[in-house]
Amino acid sequence: MTQNRPWIPYLLILPSVAFLALLFVVPLVQTIWLALSDNGAPSLANAERMVTDINFTRSVRNTFLLTIVVVPVQIAIALAMGTMVAKVGRGRETILWIWTIPLGISDLAAGLVWLSILQNTGYFNSLLFSLGVIGRQASWLSYQTPVALFIAIAVAEIWRGTAIVMVIIVAGLNQVPKEFKEAAEIFGAGPWTRFWRITLPLIRPALQSALILRTVLAFEVFAVVYALGGRNFPVLVGEAYNWQNQNQNYSVAAVYAVLIMIISLAATLIYLKALKVDPERLS
Amino acid sequence: MANIVIDRIRKSFGAFQALKEVSLTINDGEFVSLLGPSGCGKTTLLRIIAGLETSTSGDVRIGDRSIIGLAPKDRGLAMVFQNYAVFPHMTVYENVAFGLRMQKADDARVKAQVEKAAGLLHIEPYLDRYPNKLSGGQRQRVAVARALAVEPKVLLMDEPLSNLDALLRLEMRTELKTVLQSAGTTTIYVTHDQTEAMGLSDRIAVMHNGVVEQVGHPVEIYNHPATRFVGGFIGSPPMNFIKVPVSNGRVAAGAEQLAVPEDVGNEIVLGLRGEAVELAPLPQGIEMKVRVAEPMGSHLLLTGSIHDQPVRVILPASETVRSGDTIGLKLDRKRITWLSPESGKSFPAVSA
Repeated sequence: MTQNRPWIPYLLILPSVAFLALLFVVPLVQTIWLALSDNGAPSLANAERMVTDINFTRSVRNTFLLTIVVVPVQIAIALAMGTMVAKVGRGRETILWIWTIPLGISDLAAGLVWLSILQNTGYFNSLLFSLGVIGRQASWLSYQTPVALFIAIAVAEIWRGTAIVMVIIVAGLNQVPKEFKEAAEIFGAGPWTRFWRITLPLIRPALQSALILRTVLAFEVFAVVYALGGRNFPVLVGEAYNWQNQNQNYSVAAVYAVLIMIISLAATLIYLKALKVDPERLS
Repeated sequence: MANIVIDRIRKSFGAFQALKEVSLTINDGEFVSLLGPSGCGKTTLLRIIAGLETSTSGDVRIGDRSIIGLAPKDRGLAMVFQNYAVFPHMTVYENVAFGLRMQKADDARVKAQVEKAAGLLHIEPYLDRYPNKLSGGQRQRVAVARALAVEPKVLLMDEPLSNLDALLRLEMRTELKTVLQSAGTTTIYVTHDQTEAMGLSDRIAVMHNGVVEQVGHPVEIYNHPATRFVGGFIGSPPMNFIKVPVSNGRVAAGAEQLAVPEDVGNEIVLGLRGEAVELAPLPQGIEMKVRVAEPMGSHLLLTGSIHDQPVRVILPASETVRSGDTIGLKLDRKRITWLSPESGKSFPAVSA
């Protein structure tokens, strides 16, 4: 049928192509142009303005630091959770459901939840006070306590974002036939060897997806940071937001947007290369 | 010495009794099949021996050492799985070497053992390949080579051929027999395929509903099943069971009077293998109404009834019987099994 009318497949994908072109490609091109032009002429003035800004280096450093700390911890926790839940018989679905609750909470709401815990009059201080650990309100989220602020943001991000990694990893673990683990066990592999030599290599596709997704999202971290640290902890997306709204400078905001995109693409490429998956080798 | 003693093993899953006091002794170097329909407990028993499943009670000893409670790796056994379980992310070489690597064998020994096992299973040309480049039969060879490479005292096989197509299964069956005979490994082989069990085994343990119904040499089990279940499960076509009246300790089969075991009631079940008959004129022979006659080339398969009970018999291909005929059959009295109509158990063979 399609041999006679070769244009039919193209017709069928036309709506989605048009949709993407209109709402993705056009704004992307506009953003890049906005970032790399000044008064209608190509220019690096905006980029220069971004780089020389006092918060630029800090926001780059903070974003990378947060990603480097948060993503591996999330992967490790998710692997532990996935491995544990695989051993559970009854109640498995319920446990998974509870674990994925953070997924259903918007990141700003999650940030506010952690704010209510960690602010000066928050639950954490009340607890410490009632235990007699502190005599007066301690501050955790100010510019004077950068380490505590960083830890608070990292913990909130880990709490919020681990569920999605776990969901992907549980799906990956479910794909591994139990005979592989049983065979390894019979031939003398202990729990650690089974995990490192059998399970981990076999869930590489899931691991890769989880890493890409989580890393890209980590570079885009904003709402949780904004709720907890405000401008005390500048990150890339936060700076883009500030240039757009506070400073009303759309061009510098656009340069930030392009920079975040480049970093995300680069990270994705690195993962694809480093965790090269030959799909045929996994069947 | 690696004889295996399975001593009153029981296994319950909640209220369901998967194994009800199973006992079985397997001699050193022997090949024993656990044969039965799905759900009979054969795989559960194998997994208990392997250590992948715990028994509710009972003991398993290998070479007089109790292995219940030992980790699978400390039991000195190897296993071949139904779906091969060949690691897809390792080359064939690394797959075969896996058990040796886990034992921290040095490279020279690994190489020697892998080459030896690969030679036995004819997989030397594929050692550098990944399993996805292999056919099902080749993957199963890799799985068997992986098991033999560690020179296990006991080899467990869980339906290793059932994922292969019919032709390959026949070929692998012959080859397995050759390889395992030369290796001299004590083998427990789980299968639901009775021809596989018949062809490979030194002895067969027929299982049904968590119980071993009969253990014996394939021919013995075929000719003298201990229960109605065994007779019906083994052989194609299955054994015929005809309920016949007994008078004065005799059963009339056409003109012949057949002696039955003592102390039976008014009725007894005559167990008859389809091929243990020959054509005889009526009324000397017992009467059979033929409903369908199927010439199979090598033989003639007749489906019909004796005493209004369904039977299937096999005659030489040279005989001419057509659908709808009524024929007479002379029974080979040495190959008759008498069974109790109540318990379904067979009586010991009677003379004359």
